Amino acid sequence: MSIQTPSDVPSTEPGTVTGPVHPEVEPEAKGLSQGQIVRKKFFDNTAAIISLVVFAVIFVLAFSSVGFAGIPGWWKYNHTEFLPLVNGGAPTVTGPFSWGEHPFGQDSIGRDYFAMTMRGTQNSIIIMFIIGALAGLVGVIIGACSGYFRGWPEAVLMRFTDVIIIIPVVLAAATLGEGVNRLVGAGAQIWLLGLFLGLVLWTGLARLVRGEFLSLREREFVDAAKIAGASNTRIIFKHILPNAVGVIIVNTTLLMSSAILLETALSYIGFGVKAPDVSLGLIISQNQEAFQTRPWLFWFPGLFIVLICLCINFIGDGLRDAFDPRQKKFSASRAKESAKPAAA
Amino acid sequence: MVTYIVRRLVTAVLILFGASFVVYQLTALSGDPLEDLRASSAPNRDELIQARTELLDLNTPAPLRYFGWLAGAAKCIVPFAATCDLGTSIQGEAVTTSLSRAMGNTITLVTTATILAIIIGISLGIITALRQYSGLDYGVTFMSFLFFSLPIFWLAVLLKEFGAIGFNNFLDDPDIPPSTIAVVAIASGLIWALFASRSWKRKGIAFLLGAVVAAALLFVLDLVGWFADPGLGPIVILLTGVGIAFGIVLLTAGLRNRKALYSSLIMVALGLVAYYVVNPILNAATVWMIILLAITTVLVGMGVGFAMGGYDRGQSMRAAALTGLLMGLLIVVDRFMVTWPSYVDNPRVRGRPIATVGAETPGLEGTFWINGLDTFTHLLLPTLALLLASLASYSRYSRASMLEIMNMDYIRTARAKGLSERTVVMRHAFRNALIPLATLVAFDVGALIGGAIITEQVFAFAGMGQLFVQALQRTDPDPIMGFFLVAGILALVFNLVADVAYSVLDPRVRVKA
Repeated sequence: MSIQTPSDVPSTEPGTVTGPVHPEVEPEAKGLSQGQIVRKKFFDNTAAIISLVVFAVIFVLAFSSVGFAGIPGWWKYNHTEFLPLVNGGAPTVTGPFSWGEHPFGQDSIGRDYFAMTMRGTQNSIIIMFIIGALAGLVGVIIGACSGYFRGWPEAVLMRFTDVIIIIPVVLAAATLGEGVNRLVGAGAQIWLLGLFLGLVLWTGLARLVRGEFLSLREREFVDAAKIAGASNTRIIFKHILPNAVGVIIVNTTLLMSSAILLETALSYIGFGVKAPDVSLGLIISQNQEAFQTRPWLFWFPGLFIVLICLCINFIGDGLRDAFDPRQKKFSASRAKESAKPAAA
Repeated sequence: MVTYIVRRLVTAVLILFGASFVVYQLTALSGDPLEDLRASSAPNRDELIQARTELLDLNTPAPLRYFGWLAGAAKCIVPFAATCDLGTSIQGEAVTTSLSRAMGNTITLVTTATILAIIIGISLGIITALRQYSGLDYGVTFMSFLFFSLPIFWLAVLLKEFGAIGFNNFLDDPDIPPSTIAVVAIASGLIWALFASRSWKRKGIAFLLGAVVAAALLFVLDLVGWFADPGLGPIVILLTGVGIAFGIVLLTAGLRNRKALYSSLIMVALGLVAYYVVNPILNAATVWMIILLAITTVLVGMGVGFAMGGYDRGQSMRAAALTGLLMGLLIVVDRFMVTWPSYVDNPRVRGRPIATVGAETPGLEGTFWINGLDTFTHLLLPTLALLLASLASYSRYSRASMLEIMNMDYIRTARAKGLSERTVVMRHAFRNALIPLATLVAFDVGALIGGAIITEQVFAFAGMGQLFVQALQRTDPDPIMGFFLVAGILALVFNLVADVAYSVLDPRVRVKA
């Protein structure tokens, strides 16, 4: 499965400036630290902020409604109870504050679909964060070591990356998922699935980080640090890594959005989260045959996947916008317009 | 360069050894191949288990079994010996046979989707880059993010529901209600308004025009029963052809180049003549005949362009050849449309043309055109799903790359020389913007063969992805290894191709020798 990350961003900044603009010469950016510039640019991005808010709402809803880690939630049902059918199993939600008995309806055996969707959303979010954290960590360490040390560490680590890259992710997930189910039972399934997927998805990030380190290690400030007697660890973590943090954060975010799609797709074809636990992909696959009679069983989980993924993508995009100092504002019409008087 | 390639190839072989070992072990760990037999209640259960244990050599530990597989697979490298042995599946079919069949299916599925995604995605990316921060840009950006966030299995189920079942129901009784016409008209108007440039007046005009034309078109098509009995006819072909000729000349040579325009228009006229002359031959068409005709068309087009002469013959030749090809495409499409009613009425199809599963209608026998339509109706939905899913990355990448190029100094120089905007965009910017995309395309082509796992699963399309998933469900190592070998080799080779292509296209990038 190849999921590519789109690499450019819409900016919502007012287009009043002509010509290429660098943040460091922007008048209002004077005297701001790099972090402040990034934060300001990110918070100026409407799409990213809206996405952040929507994602926060989904996050709170999913974790508070059905409870998490033994803490009970405020919703009256859970995803495993069989309940008598109300309203023929159809959704009872009629407005934002009148949810009714089963807002998202019930599935064919009477389970509350809101609880199932929330549980699935929760699982997707957990897996997404584990993958993001783990793939980010492994990718950064491997990329940083091979980019900084060059020579044989680079050769070994990059060949290792090449080996991991061509192993089909579905196979890795299926193998590990099977082994996990045998070893620990279904309870810790979500965590371990995330863990294993994270262990195979770091390759793209490692290559990017390596590229970044390869160019940063030749810069003067690294030479200066070396002459000042800094250790390799210190140079890597204190001098180079902060300069590569933009690439890392942006690509980890985009990796997380593709991780959601990957997890749901794996669960859909039966290699991800398995019953009795719930995943958004799994409940879609269980209920797709009933599209004609019970379309809500298909719509709600799908909408949640799309919403989460869209939010993460826009957040990642906003971050890229904020971190990328080379980002330029160009407009063909404006360029033509400004060229006209010169030509006349 | 040669040293570099050889070195990369040697590493690739080593990587393949390592990865295939890992994959073999993972497969062995992924489940129990005897699971279905253990649960079975057949009287000869023990013998079945015994037989399968022997078939899969389960008494040997997996790390040693790998070398048995490797010995068979190694014979595949011996040229012309036809001793390739990738093992057999649990059902006893040789993996080489099932692989080649699955590969054929997958290639037909993914090639169209990828080519279309590249063409549409890059055009959208370039247009949005040229209109940065316009309504069109925001619209396309949002759409690409949306498609990028759609789970493909969800999209596929939706397509099956509305694209196949809904459309087939519509074809049963092809009558469009006025409300639908209104909705389509407004949608079309909005799209046209998005594409229209800056001023609100022009947007308004575009909206009205788009809406009225769409409504009228739908109304007329509905009135004459076009959906049950489609076709283009010579007049539509002529008009579209002229439109194509103008469009192509506008893009490639500029309308001021009269010679190019005339040679393209000549090709349209020739195409119309060919419509009548070639039609009888087309009854007995084969794939090779179509390819031959296409080559002839290109040659004739280049001939016409050459004969027109002028100071830049190349432009006329290119424009004429392209116009000719598109005219030929129109004629073929018309021919397919004419065949449509007899395809729909075919007893095997039973009036439900758009298929939801499979790669072909079983037992359908017919002419080249009937079979072509059959492939088309089966490929339509999976292709659409793949297309929408991969469109986003192409449009985003080409937009970014185009924006970067448009800020380059040499673009300013080109403008300062007084070149027309078309020349600046098409010659100076567009070509350079494609360079970084070459890498992306190479990677994607490499991932194609093994790529469509989910889509094939949803549409029950007997390709590589399905072969892999089914083998994985049965814990059947040999087909998995076969899949991995093909997908892995292609991925490694195209990885190399991407690197080499980049350094060939962009002389600033040098590979380490």
